[in-house]
Amino acid sequence: MIEINNLHKSYKMGSNSLHVLKGLNFSIKEGELVAIMGSSGSGKSTLLNILGMLDEADSGEYTLDGVPIKNLNETKAAKYRNKFLGFIFQSFNLINYKSAMENVALPLYYQKVPRKQREEKAIKYLSQVGLKEWAHHLPNELSGGQKQRVAIARAMAAEPKVLLADEPTGALDSKTSYEVMDLIQNINDQGNTILVVTHEEDIAHMCKRIVHLKDGVIVEDKTVDQVRASQYV
Amino acid sequence: MLDIERWQEILDTIRKNKLRTFLTGLSVASGIFILVILLGFGQGFKNGIAQEFAQDAATSVWVWPGTTTKEYKGLNPGRNIQLRNSDYNFSSELLAEQIDLKSPRIFVRNISVNYGNEALVYGVQGVSYQFQEIENAKMSSGRFINYQDEINTAKIAVIGNKIAHDVFNEVDTPIGEFIDISGIPFKIVGTFKETEDREEERIFIPITTAQKVFNGGDKVNNLAFTLPMAENFDDAVANSIKFKSQLLSNLQQAHTVAPDDTNAIHVWSALEEAKRFYSLTDNIKLFFWFVGVCTIIAGVVGVSNIMLIVVRERTKEIGIRKALGAKPWSIVGMILHESIFITAISGFVGLILSMGLLELLGPNIEVDYVVNPSVNFNVALSTVFVLVFAGAVAGFFPAWRAANIHTIDALRDE
Repeated sequence: MIEINNLHKSYKMGSNSLHVLKGLNFSIKEGELVAIMGSSGSGKSTLLNILGMLDEADSGEYTLDGVPIKNLNETKAAKYRNKFLGFIFQSFNLINYKSAMENVALPLYYQKVPRKQREEKAIKYLSQVGLKEWAHHLPNELSGGQKQRVAIARAMAAEPKVLLADEPTGALDSKTSYEVMDLIQNINDQGNTILVVTHEEDIAHMCKRIVHLKDGVIVEDKTVDQVRASQYV
Repeated sequence: MLDIERWQEILDTIRKNKLRTFLTGLSVASGIFILVILLGFGQGFKNGIAQEFAQDAATSVWVWPGTTTKEYKGLNPGRNIQLRNSDYNFSSELLAEQIDLKSPRIFVRNISVNYGNEALVYGVQGVSYQFQEIENAKMSSGRFINYQDEINTAKIAVIGNKIAHDVFNEVDTPIGEFIDISGIPFKIVGTFKETEDREEERIFIPITTAQKVFNGGDKVNNLAFTLPMAENFDDAVANSIKFKSQLLSNLQQAHTVAPDDTNAIHVWSALEEAKRFYSLTDNIKLFFWFVGVCTIIAGVVGVSNIMLIVVRERTKEIGIRKALGAKPWSIVGMILHESIFITAISGFVGLILSMGLLELLGPNIEVDYVVNPSVNFNVALSTVFVLVFAGAVAGFFPAWRAANIHTIDALRDE
């Protein structure tokens, strides 16, 4: 599903250049649930931004679902993001004046799905994350865990090839974190490919594979026995 | 523009951001409102001045005699100048091609006017048939003196509405009634309307009758002329100044008056007077325009400011939309669409309110020199478009910049 080859990325900081990613190679197959771990500054967020086409690598190859991702302009990147990717952010990033349902329906608007179908689909995904009753509430009427579930429903709504989660539990307490991870595991069980960036050991162990980044290189890439989050909920 | 989905998206956004929408709308609507009111009053002022000058025909030139103050060709100063029919005929013929309408006038004095047993204390003036148009008197009923009356020295009279109203209130119409001027009956053939009451307190009789019946001889008191309308105002003024000086020098020669004796013969041109006021109103109108344009500029700056703030405030939202697959142009389109929609609607609201106010209050305003303030609808409409367009241009750059901020940076924005 995801194939990256010798990926390099550096940032200019004044006269110095900060080499963040130093030649990464790895691949992710369909249906995997991968945790990318590392301390801050290890390059994990940069990697996720590149995978999410929010940023572009300096060199190296990136193939997503057989499509080589290169020479992106904003318009093309927007098209690919809409078609291939669903984002889950640490800070949820819901639009605060739109109801839960409208937030979930938004990616479908950019896929030019008619309004009626958008709403039906949004309701469907909201009920999948258990928030059907909250469909018409605004984000600030929801708890943190509920907001993240709305965000997950939104990421799912476009039916992307890959879900990219950037510290999805970073802003949540552990109980709510497990609930969210339980949801992510369920989505993965349905066959979706998911990438989770985290620095929390327990969250990482709820994935099926852990890629450990340190100073811009992969220091460890191992398959783990998945801990089911449901046992903590 | 016909994308229904986008309209729904925008209407949603507007509905859920009422304060922001209201503030943007308010600055646009008030800008238009103030501009239209100002322009309306500029026009009202112009109308008011125009009305002040509508009393007499705009191009009229009047002559009245005075007393010489300078010795000239052996004649002493202090001579009273008397105008005569010959002056009138001579001037009329000499300057015929410059004259549109003409009439002499004589004030008939030492007479008594009676209607039945009632003594009337109104001025009687002998005039020619074209005098009505020179004075801009409107006939309310009947007719004015005509050429036939002059030839026949008819004993007819035309009275002002005020006289008709005050004296002839017991009969249906004064027309056909007889008034008695120093024992001679005159039949009333018409009533006229003037802009001021004072001017309606006059009785006109044919000039020939006035001269023959009341011992006027060939004396006249005034000469009145109007000039043909010129292409534009400046030409008209130039014509009337030229006519005035030619007329004056003719009369001065005929009466042996020093060319620089300003008190002997007076020639007054309405246009020359009007020009002073018109240039004043033009300046005032210019001033109102200036203030209005400044208001519009302030409105445009206000709109662009609000657009900047709106875009700034929505940076994160834009980041989210882009992460979800919005293309840069769709972001720019969304923001511009929304801002054009709001500015257009509020611009028209301001337009309708201000035009409504002018329409409602305008005709009722009774202040000197301000009459029926109103505004050219097309002018007002185009200012709305200017404002909408300027708002769109002003909104475009921040929108474009926002759409091109790196999505990551936009998402990081708090």
